Amino acid sequence: MTSSPSTHPTFLQRLFPPQVKQITTREDWFMRVLLILGTVWLLVGVVFPLYPMVMRSFQDTSGNGVGLANYARYLSTPALAISLVNTFYIAIASTLVSVIFGFIYAYALTRTRMFGKPVFRILGILPLYIPPLAHAIGLIYLFGNKGLVTTGVLGWLPGWDINLYGANGIIIGESLYCFPQAVVIMITALSLTDARLYEAADVLRSSPLRTFFTVTLPSVKYGLMSAIFVCFTLAFTDFGVPKVVGGNFNVLATDIYKQVIGQQNFSMGATISVFLLIPTVAAFVVDRIVQRRQTALVSAKAVPFQPKPNPVLDWTMFGICTLIAAFAVIVFATIIFASLVQVWPYNLALGLKHYDFSRVGGGGYAAYWNSIRMSLYTAIFGTIAVFIGAYLVEKGRGLGWLRAINYFLSTIPLALPGLVLGLAYVFFFNNPTWFNGTVYNPFHWLYGTMAILVVCNVIHFYTVCFLTANTSLKQIDPEFESVSASMSVPFYKTFWRVTVPLSLPAILEIGIYYFINAMVTISAIIFLYPPTLPLAAVAIVNMDDAGDVAAAAAMSTLIVCTSIGVRLLYWFLTRGLQKRTQAWLQQ
Amino acid sequence: MTHSSEQPAIRSPQPDPPISPTLQRETARSIVPDSDATIDRGKPYLQVENVHKVFGKFVALRDVYLDVYPGEFVCLLGPSGCGKTTLLRIIAGLEQQTSGRVIQADKDVSRLPSSKRDFGIVFQSYALFPNLTAAQNIAYGLQNTKESKSRIKARVEELLATVGLEGLEQKYPAQMSGGQQQRVALARALALSPGLLLLDEPLSALDAQVRVRLRSEITQLQKQLGITTVMVTHDQAEALAMADRIVVMDKGCIAQIGTPHTIYQKPDTPFVANFIGVMNFLQGMVAAPKQVRCGNILLNTPQNQVEPNAGVAIAIRPEDIRVLSQEDAQNSSLPNIVTAEVEGTEFLGAGYRVALRPDGNSKELITSEISIHQARQLDLNPGASLKVQLPPELIQVFPHNF
Amino acid sequence: MFKQWSKFIAIFLSAFALTLTIAACTGSSTNSQSPTTGNSPAGGADSITVYTALEDDQISGYLESFEQANPNTEVNIVRDSTGVVTAKLLAEKDNPQADVVWGLAVSSLLVADEQGMLEPYAPQGLEQVQAQFRDEANPPHWVGIDAWMSAFCVNTIEAEKKNLPIPQSWDDLIKPEYKGQIVMSNPASSGTGFLSVSAILQLKGEEAGWTYLDALHENVAQYMHSGSKPCKAAGAGEYPIGISFDYRAIKQKNDGEPIEAVFPREGSGWDIEANALVKKADIKEASRTFLDWAISDEVSKKYAESFPITAVQTDVPIPAGYPADPLKQLIPNDFKWAAANRDAILTEWTERYDSKSEPKSS
Repeated sequence: MTSSPSTHPTFLQRLFPPQVKQITTREDWFMRVLLILGTVWLLVGVVFPLYPMVMRSFQDTSGNGVGLANYARYLSTPALAISLVNTFYIAIASTLVSVIFGFIYAYALTRTRMFGKPVFRILGILPLYIPPLAHAIGLIYLFGNKGLVTTGVLGWLPGWDINLYGANGIIIGESLYCFPQAVVIMITALSLTDARLYEAADVLRSSPLRTFFTVTLPSVKYGLMSAIFVCFTLAFTDFGVPKVVGGNFNVLATDIYKQVIGQQNFSMGATISVFLLIPTVAAFVVDRIVQRRQTALVSAKAVPFQPKPNPVLDWTMFGICTLIAAFAVIVFATIIFASLVQVWPYNLALGLKHYDFSRVGGGGYAAYWNSIRMSLYTAIFGTIAVFIGAYLVEKGRGLGWLRAINYFLSTIPLALPGLVLGLAYVFFFNNPTWFNGTVYNPFHWLYGTMAILVVCNVIHFYTVCFLTANTSLKQIDPEFESVSASMSVPFYKTFWRVTVPLSLPAILEIGIYYFINAMVTISAIIFLYPPTLPLAAVAIVNMDDAGDVAAAAAMSTLIVCTSIGVRLLYWFLTRGLQKRTQAWLQQ
Repeated sequence: MTHSSEQPAIRSPQPDPPISPTLQRETARSIVPDSDATIDRGKPYLQVENVHKVFGKFVALRDVYLDVYPGEFVCLLGPSGCGKTTLLRIIAGLEQQTSGRVIQADKDVSRLPSSKRDFGIVFQSYALFPNLTAAQNIAYGLQNTKESKSRIKARVEELLATVGLEGLEQKYPAQMSGGQQQRVALARALALSPGLLLLDEPLSALDAQVRVRLRSEITQLQKQLGITTVMVTHDQAEALAMADRIVVMDKGCIAQIGTPHTIYQKPDTPFVANFIGVMNFLQGMVAAPKQVRCGNILLNTPQNQVEPNAGVAIAIRPEDIRVLSQEDAQNSSLPNIVTAEVEGTEFLGAGYRVALRPDGNSKELITSEISIHQARQLDLNPGASLKVQLPPELIQVFPHNF
Repeated sequence: MFKQWSKFIAIFLSAFALTLTIAACTGSSTNSQSPTTGNSPAGGADSITVYTALEDDQISGYLESFEQANPNTEVNIVRDSTGVVTAKLLAEKDNPQADVVWGLAVSSLLVADEQGMLEPYAPQGLEQVQAQFRDEANPPHWVGIDAWMSAFCVNTIEAEKKNLPIPQSWDDLIKPEYKGQIVMSNPASSGTGFLSVSAILQLKGEEAGWTYLDALHENVAQYMHSGSKPCKAAGAGEYPIGISFDYRAIKQKNDGEPIEAVFPREGSGWDIEANALVKKADIKEASRTFLDWAISDEVSKKYAESFPITAVQTDVPIPAGYPADPLKQLIPNDFKWAAANRDAILTEWTERYDSKSEPKSS
């Protein structure tokens, strides 16, 4: 305050008016502290662990700096360099397969009057609940040397050997794994299209094919890019499928596993991780740039598209979708069936003997309960962290630069393969000290606890959840905060009384997403879990390693059924909730 | 001076425009006198002093001064992007001015955040909490005070009665009409009895009919409560109908402050003239202190300060142009009679807007509004010739450097 | 058939309903853990971490008697294949996580001993352990419990279907008719894989040994992570022949799988599964108790039910399916040589065979 209200500013003051800054209230400080805490959390969870990992790739196994020697060794070992080529090959092939089929499937669901759409919608995302490893196990029982298809349903029909172990198996498995992701993204993209464009094309007598290429494809190109990016990253970095059906066909992810688990060569593991990281980060950057351009093109006034009946198209699509869905269902059913068969393929009597895990590795039911516990914690704490984080970024006041940084940090995990994240956590948290023993590591106590597994999962799946929360918050009137401030109601009261209830569907969706992913994830935690905390999904790896494939199928079945069960439970619980929210939303 | 009966009904009869600046601002409305009128209205309740707002390189507000007196209803009016909403948000503390001061009730509030200021606000979107009932919305701010539950309940009922929504306590916003939601938003803004009411385009989301009805309801309520009010709008009709004073803004600057009448009839600049209502402009040159030549036409105008031979624009409202009947035209000794050719007509329902090309000035068209009644007596087919009069006292002269 | 089906579906569904209910209601249902795993973090006074490469289906049976005798000691078992346990042990040299190593190949333990990672300890009852089954030093750095040897698991049904004679020797395996029919374990990760490779190199001499392995590589469809997986794959008929080890072959045969356990004519590679105390700052008393128990009569009888050759001699008869004189089947094995050359052999092997090509189809 410069002068009393009645005096007029001097000439100089008019020329160079003093800058005005609002007083920072206690409420503002509270928000700032939260924002800083959020930033620290993301830095510790996402950025800092990457540093020791990248550094480690320049060191030998005893920690001496060796420059680029590890990289040179990796690239000059033909067996290892082949993995790089292999990985690109299967990632590109799987991306093509899953995106093409995903597009057709989503197109049928959104743009035709196909019969049985609700059922296809559910079946299409069924593979989402199945760990990629379990897909691979299902494939063994279908296409392996003693698989149902290879032997022609055990001799009744002519057999068909697709030569599963190797690239073929990996591509099929990864495609199954990526397919639901592509479907979900493409459904969203295809639903966003403006019906008026099609009416215009109709009026201009454009042929259906021309309309498809001039209207449909351009309108979904951003969704398509997104789907390609997501599927490529998943297939490029996945470890479960190649582990089980890869045979001697090595990829980067299995190389990391072999180096780290098989030979405990963490330096080489770190080196290969960097190779794994570069393409995914590149894909991530491209996707971000492309998506940023999109925002300008989406019109808020688009008219939803209502497909017209077209028997030829509808029934063709029905046929294609039936084949796709049937394949996904058959793989899943095979997993269950194989887990119940006494001795495949010699004694097909059914029984629950493979559900007795006491004679196989992996930790058995203890691992199963640990996984449920870990998934619940991940769902609870992850949802809280993500939602508050997204709230601060989207609705926070002040410190705009910090919120921008927060947003950026929140999107990074999407580019981090689980194996890389897990390995980075090992380097970052396991060390009692940093910088050659000069700094005490305040997070060291987390190592080997349930907490670090939960943190790792929360970060691993952070971006998707964050973007969900962000989208949901964006739909809430930004003036709510202004109105509350005008009534001197602190932001946290409005957050609790208005923002949270309005975002409840999104919050629950995030919780479920976290739960299911934590149940099925392997890559991020396989290096991180302590012997005292065996986990169900990791148990599948161990059982498969030991050759107990039927037990692995049984554990997969348990995981899948739990995830589906939780989803159903969620659905029942939220039906009541939906009735209430409908009162707020009805017009 | 005589006034023709053809003048539009909505315009109140206007006395001869006075020459002196004081009288110029005198208006038919007397509820609140004009800002620089001689009548003393006491101290302003709200003062905006030398406020600047810069977003990066874009200057959103420049050198803004504004005084709002107790109980006054002020409208901030301007095209989109003129800075009116920014100014309102700065008054509310939702936006931070780059420099300058905001003084409310003799207290410099420039550095206070919204939560420490004393105002109620209604947004275009209403910003009603959809998960709370009407009563809960209104009670929202009250619950944060130390009031007892029963007092809050009583206050909510009182407010609902004030805005005429008795019996709708338990309705959720989505179950109410737009107009009802707007009333709830108003009641909520008034709940804490703020010293200042801010309205940010409160009516623009409503249907035309509801909007007109709510206009008068809000002004009535505002007068009844005597609450100082600042409203943002881009709708000139709304501003003219509701405001005690209008602040016309353009590109971050205040173009003019004045009563609705002054703003309409004596716009300070061509921008204000053009933004509010329809205005005819003719380019010309000063021929004499009270005469301007436009093409071949020599027009009498009010006294102007512009040097002879300097370029000017003269302005006149379409409804001020008198179309003369043939007898009148032949007999009249009225000044500024111009012969013009009909270029086209536009049917307005209650009358016509006629596009005319004055003889001797082929470049510029002028429009005139005439009633149905008069139109029946005239030939308005394109190409027809009409005599029109531009009453000198209703002409405004703007120097070219505007 | 239909009745059986519907019964199983009913059981299955109801089991699931129950599981889900529990999963939904309790976040921390951890009491139903299997005995081999504890839940509290390692490090408590009465909790020890045991690294082992014993088979999963052996461990819980073995441990029963220890748990009965020491109910307050929590045993955290970290089980993996020999190569993995070895690598883990070596990687943690500066900050050992394990307290005790139980049933790890001697050729691996010798590598760890070379690095000074083992604490000499003479467990109670050491005198009962036959001399050739323990370290010569006194007190010994390692003490053996049993010996295991390589064996072929041959699926008789599949072999018949494909008209394959049952291979009887290492030399049989490189015959062209077995192309793509054999799976073996990867020696880098599996102790069984390593003992087979080292046996071949010792039997045939290094040069001829690598030539043989080149020829074998032509017939191998997959190298697998663990020593047991090739046998299990053979049991399931995925591949007719798995190069595995004795216990696995005989156990699966006795469990009713169509497996023939073949002990190669030239002799079997073998190794001793041995125990050791890990050298670290605070060695827990429970670790010593565990090592004492691990060579006790009680558990040795259990070992003898799986293996014909045990360090502590027992009156348990040789399990069915083994050669009458198992000792004759063993080749002369130089553990010192194997340990010293372990790294070089694995590097050479990985360079030659790992990921060299796509797997051959059957």
